[in-house]
Amino acid sequence: MLLCSITAVTAQRVIDTVSAAEKDPDAQQPWADLGLKPDEYAQLREILGRRPTSSELAMYSVMWSEHCSYKSSKVHLRQFGDTMTDAMRERLLVGMGENAGVVDIGDGYAVTFKVESHNHPSYVEPYQGAATGVGGIVRDILSMGARPVAVLDPLRFGPLEADDTRRVLPGVVAGVGGYGNCLGLPNIGGEVVFDPSYAGNPLVNALCVGLLRHDQIHLAKASGAGNQVIVYGAKTGGDGIGGVSVLASETFDETGPAKRPSVQVGDPFMEKLLIECTLELFAEGIISGIQDLGGAGLSCATSELASAGDGGMHIWLDRVPLRDASLAPEEILMSESQERMMAIVEPSSVERFTQICRTWDVDASVIGEVTNTGRLVIEWHGETIVDVPPGSVAHEGPVYQRPYARPATQDELQADSADRLPRPRSGNGLRATLLTLAASPNLCDKSWVTDQYDRYVQGNTVLAQPEDAGVVRVDEQTGLGVAVATDCNGRFVRLDPFAGAQLALAEAYRNVATSGARPIAVTDCLNFGSPEDPAVMWQFAEATRGLAEGCRALGIPVTGGNVSFYNQTGDAAILPTPVVGVLGVIDDVRRRTPLGFFAEGQHIWLLGETRDELSGSEWAHALHGHLGGLPPRVDLDADRALADVLIDASRRRLVAAAHDLSDGGLAQALVESCLRDGVGASISLPSGLDPFIALFSESTARAVVAVAAEHEARFTDLCTARGVHHAQIGVTQGRDREAALDVYDQFRIPLTELRAAWSATLPAAFAD
Amino acid sequence: MKIGVVTFPGSLDDVDARRAVTLAGAEPVRLWHGDDHLGGVDAVVLPGGFSYGDYLRCGAIARFSPVMGAVVDAANDGLPVLGICNGFQILCESHLLPGALIRNDSRRFVCRDQRLRVDNASTVWTSDYSAGQEVVIVLKNGEGGYVADNATLDRLEGEGQIVARYLDTNPNGSMRDIAGVSNERGNVMGLMPHPEHAVDPLCGAGTDGLGFFTSVLGQLAAHH
Repeated sequence: MLLCSITAVTAQRVIDTVSAAEKDPDAQQPWADLGLKPDEYAQLREILGRRPTSSELAMYSVMWSEHCSYKSSKVHLRQFGDTMTDAMRERLLVGMGENAGVVDIGDGYAVTFKVESHNHPSYVEPYQGAATGVGGIVRDILSMGARPVAVLDPLRFGPLEADDTRRVLPGVVAGVGGYGNCLGLPNIGGEVVFDPSYAGNPLVNALCVGLLRHDQIHLAKASGAGNQVIVYGAKTGGDGIGGVSVLASETFDETGPAKRPSVQVGDPFMEKLLIECTLELFAEGIISGIQDLGGAGLSCATSELASAGDGGMHIWLDRVPLRDASLAPEEILMSESQERMMAIVEPSSVERFTQICRTWDVDASVIGEVTNTGRLVIEWHGETIVDVPPGSVAHEGPVYQRPYARPATQDELQADSADRLPRPRSGNGLRATLLTLAASPNLCDKSWVTDQYDRYVQGNTVLAQPEDAGVVRVDEQTGLGVAVATDCNGRFVRLDPFAGAQLALAEAYRNVATSGARPIAVTDCLNFGSPEDPAVMWQFAEATRGLAEGCRALGIPVTGGNVSFYNQTGDAAILPTPVVGVLGVIDDVRRRTPLGFFAEGQHIWLLGETRDELSGSEWAHALHGHLGGLPPRVDLDADRALADVLIDASRRRLVAAAHDLSDGGLAQALVESCLRDGVGASISLPSGLDPFIALFSESTARAVVAVAAEHEARFTDLCTARGVHHAQIGVTQGRDREAALDVYDQFRIPLTELRAAWSATLPAAFAD
Repeated sequence: MKIGVVTFPGSLDDVDARRAVTLAGAEPVRLWHGDDHLGGVDAVVLPGGFSYGDYLRCGAIARFSPVMGAVVDAANDGLPVLGICNGFQILCESHLLPGALIRNDSRRFVCRDQRLRVDNASTVWTSDYSAGQEVVIVLKNGEGGYVADNATLDRLEGEGQIVARYLDTNPNGSMRDIAGVSNERGNVMGLMPHPEHAVDPLCGAGTDGLGFFTSVLGQLAAHH
């Protein structure tokens, strides 16, 4: 019965073909509903020399969307390439523009890594939005020829106490865990941040790291006329079609298929099979080009593969295996059904290809072939429905110079510094402040979240959250490994986008160095409000400029990333949030530096200089709900020197523990280093510095380290040689029941009390 | 000595289990879910993961795979079989072990370093421990709540078939804090925590898990 009605609908459908478009050049088309601007529609008519068919219109509208074309951000992103020096390019095997960048880590190994956003879907449907966010970035990494080896998830939500946060957060966390755990990918880091600006617009970013040998790099290009185009993995369904339903529905009557939700549904088991199957195909050496099907589905994969290769491709769209036989060709082209890949394979290898797919129970279908016509031609049951130059779809979309302007209110914001806020003066006041901050949503124990992620699978996780950076072993024999950290303090970026972006970069860089690894590359996920708002566009322009200049100063290239605009509720944009991921390499993971104190009697040193910098701090935010003033001063030279000390000290095995100072300052760093292994500390704050500033300032380029007595002289020599300010501020205690964080002349907090405050917040908020 | 590690579609900790076998001093052998034989191995490990996606009850489909036919026959003949996490679920579904594993009482996946007590150190998989020994092993599961009727639980306790129990907090609502059980003969054991992630102090929770793998080697050597 159902089948009959579907057949009936299919029969009624009018298929818009190229010849129909030529015959009926003035047909009205719903280009505006699909998000195209009048001049964009005119541009596309000019490219084709006629009106587009409905399938072509669908393809262009999605590929020219902000998400796929980067039309508002392109002119700013160019700076990442423009500011790159030859030295920065040295390790770069594949740069920006591919599915992900690839960097050389030595011994013939390479690493590919990238961070992406899945913000809006995760607000609509938290579990599936977050799950498919993980799935999408994992396929990007896989497409480069790499085995995915780790994920990190930087997450941002509205206030912890808000009702909607209780809807969104548990679903997002379960989705990240549900998908990543099922793929067997260790989750080694990320962030969980709360701020009112994310209330109607959570940020769900996902970073994946992949490992490959140099000779395994694969690219998204379709070369060699006659080579076969294979789509494999899940069947194509009607999920994730989004705006294209507007178009498709034009050709349906009331009995047509219901509108599908535009959030995709993930099947991690299929993705796991796809990973193992694809890695076996790579090993067999029979894939000449490959692309995952993510945003914009087949439209993106066909046009990008063709335009990067010989320039032509012929597709028989009716050969795509469908989950729903009633899908219109426009919908098939736009579908964002998950767990699909497209490969370019020589005809003689097709049989071997399908054989390997069968081993893994993965469907594979030849749907087209590479041509040298320079055209992407798509047929549907013998009729040509698309005939376009593929480059015009993939790369030649509109580019905007969006107007931007520093908002008039910025001066007022920067003038309203945290200096006017009342500061605690007594030991008791400092003690209470420290406890309140340690229990505050942004600084409290995040294990309620991270315990839902498998951090051990694959057996190579050397450090994982709450450590400063996640570290995974790459080679069991040599101990070669990589470290990754992601960071962004959106409040700093709000106060000064240029400096704030550099502070995000500096923090991620410092976190990687703290673990003992040498930072070598950057990926970024630029989460901002509407690009049509000149004030937001100014934030974006400043932040990208700051990031590009910062990367050059630190000598590490941006290898890829993602831009997410329109993160706002009504007119109110989120805090500008350029999440920065830094990748580092460590030649022997056995020398990694953990953050926790674990032995008694080691000297605690504070590295770097502390200034009165409380504006935008966690203290101002959590205790006063205040945001104003200027963020801490950026000093990338100081961060570079500090990193050199931390890496050298790790290499010479001089430090037992190290922890970067950031949100919450020295106080929070000590809390975390003490609680990690339950080891107390006796601290004497540096003389000549106000105790409040010493404890809570968020000055950059600082770290605390624990050094055993026998290494002290060599360690301080190292600091002196690099010009890094160093002051001994205390000594580690034992881990007995009496262990405490003891700040001389100020206060003493038993670790049991500290742990109770720090660890109760999230479980209480999400109690069943 | 050869220890087979089965890979089902969706197995995740198979590579780790093979690494643990190597570290224990045996030769790991890859077994495929579609095989109907065990290639002459001396023991079998069913690793953790989400076999066939576990979209039905965990382990319910894996139970019908060709390799499980061979595993059931061999286990009934006395071959040592260890099921870890998803492997434990598969052993219960195959009726090689009593009881069942249900969704964690927290309704959340949990990954943590878990303290356990080895209650029975006389099985082929636990003989390198001492009875009552406390160990720390990685635990990571979404459906690890062990359930059985009271009569079965009493019988398991009476016969010493409760091999390990959770200490401190019960992470998943398992009845009587059960972390692992064996069959009556003691050759088949199911363990919810992951000993293969506690064999290398650099990349897991210490080395307390290695004993499960060395135990079986010692037992096999003694009977050869």
